[in-house]
Amino acid sequence: MTDATTQPRSVWTTRAGRSGIVLLGLIALAAVTLPSILPDYRAMAFGHLLPPSGAHLFGTDYHGRDLLSRVARGAQISLMISLGAVLVAATIGTAVGLLAGYLGGWVDSVLMRTVDAALAIPRLFVLLLVLAALDRIPLPVLIVMLGATGWFGTSRLVRAEVLRLRHEGFVSAAGGGGAAVWGIIFRHLIPTAAGPLSGAPTRGGADVLLLEAGLSYLGLGVQPPTPSWGGMILDGLPFRSEAPWFCLFPGLAIVITVLAVSLIGDGLRQTLTPDRA
Amino acid sequence: MRRLLTRVGQALLTFAIAVTLAFLLMRLTPGSPLPALDEQNRFTPAQEERLRKLYRLDQPIQVQYWEFLQAAFDGNLGPSIRYTGQTVTGLIAARLPATLLLGFTVLLLNFTFGTWLGVWQAVREGSRLDHGLSLLSISLYAIPSFWLGLTLAWLFGLEWRLLPVGGIHDVVMSPDADLGTRTVDLLRHLILPAVTLSAVSIAATMRHQRSAMIEALRLDCIRTARSKGLSERQVIFHHAWRNALGPMVTLFGLWLPILVTGTVFVESVFNWPGLGLLAAEAIGNRDYPLIMGTTLLSAALVVLGGLIADLLHGMLDPRVQAL
Repeated sequence: MTDATTQPRSVWTTRAGRSGIVLLGLIALAAVTLPSILPDYRAMAFGHLLPPSGAHLFGTDYHGRDLLSRVARGAQISLMISLGAVLVAATIGTAVGLLAGYLGGWVDSVLMRTVDAALAIPRLFVLLLVLAALDRIPLPVLIVMLGATGWFGTSRLVRAEVLRLRHEGFVSAAGGGGAAVWGIIFRHLIPTAAGPLSGAPTRGGADVLLLEAGLSYLGLGVQPPTPSWGGMILDGLPFRSEAPWFCLFPGLAIVITVLAVSLIGDGLRQTLTPDRA
Repeated sequence: MRRLLTRVGQALLTFAIAVTLAFLLMRLTPGSPLPALDEQNRFTPAQEERLRKLYRLDQPIQVQYWEFLQAAFDGNLGPSIRYTGQTVTGLIAARLPATLLLGFTVLLLNFTFGTWLGVWQAVREGSRLDHGLSLLSISLYAIPSFWLGLTLAWLFGLEWRLLPVGGIHDVVMSPDADLGTRTVDLLRHLILPAVTLSAVSIAATMRHQRSAMIEALRLDCIRTARSKGLSERQVIFHHAWRNALGPMVTLFGLWLPILVTGTVFVESVFNWPGLGLLAAEAIGNRDYPLIMGTTLLSAALVVLGGLIADLLHGMLDPRVQAL
């Protein structure tokens, strides 16, 4: 079995985790600081489709807007959406998993069969079905939808973790000592289960980033004039030959951000199961 | 045997709930299939009423659900609303070959290269090569499939003019071209979508194979095989790899659903006439019977894939049956 001394303690001690955190930190820093240095992302003040240059590092788009400003503003939007969606998913997933695992019986059966069934319906279909039916897609709605379709796996993990912990001494002791169910859940189960489950939100975050980009590319995610990476790729599509940078930079932004999040996820996995690093 | 029956019963129940959930979701979100038929906005209210009657959209939702179930049990998924005169099963059957061709090409690519790379990583665990390949697979996973598809189509199709950018065959090909020409043409159209889909999905295969192989290499029988003086090649491929196959079978089951859902973006970028594209169009048109048909199929694939993975896993590893 694993030697406790060789097992990395925190994600920072793993190479993947460290690179991911640094990379994501740089992206977040750029997203926060760049918009105040660069020209306004809405200003149609420059030449159409200018190639990358000293004045416009990423070039300009069809409407003569600075692409770097728009990619940076897109980073704010994308990071906000995935953070929000992951929080929504983690909250619902934890709540359902705790209920199912702790209460057991028919509640558990009903919840878990529903989760199984929900996992069998493609997430993309559900999102397309709902988002295509809406006249407008405000950001909060998009966030809630991405979160509401992303918690099924988490609830299963939480349930399994609760089932494992239920039989541990300290939980039965708390119950035997007369502690209330919710007290046990919040004081004992959640803090103990949080560590092993920390990998799920990072995987979820990477998926949400990719999904949001895909939906925005289909015109069903972030709505113009709000800039989004997927939306910029859609805008740049007709100009692929004359202005390849238009599609290229937003795409690279997605790749690097998803990579950063996945690296953190990889690092977390290594802290938990070093064998499968 | 009992385990098998329980598992199959569970799968059927999951499928039934999934179908119900999909039906409810479809009908409870706003929208109607009629506008897609009425592009010029010329329907009179009387005509619209007639169409609603024809497709039984005027019935209460529980009646529609019941009628859908009864027909579905007879293998009849109803007529498509958007594609007048065509049945849902007919439309799905027409799109199936393209999807299967793309899907199995990707499967072949993933399992050939992904397995090989994963084994290689496991054998050199912790080396530079291992880290490099891990980084490669995680980077490939981070690429949005539609963007990779667009970029490859732009480079190979528009800039270098090496490969076609879309469709499944050359539209200007003479109708009496021989089989060889047709096959070459088909393969040329297949390359870009298959490579795109394979690139973004190969990470799972590599990772699975790597960790399964690392675990297998630590088994006692490997030490025995080495101490018997077998060559490293024999140890790796005859002893370790065989033990690492179980998890790969699981992965095959999990891969099945990609046939429909994983292909939506790639099929729409390359205009590949498969099921993913059909499903996306059906959703856009609110073509209720066609949405139910494609969703039914993907849910069936998910449930079936899980079942196959479970059962094969049990066959390969007798310890599972004891559970």
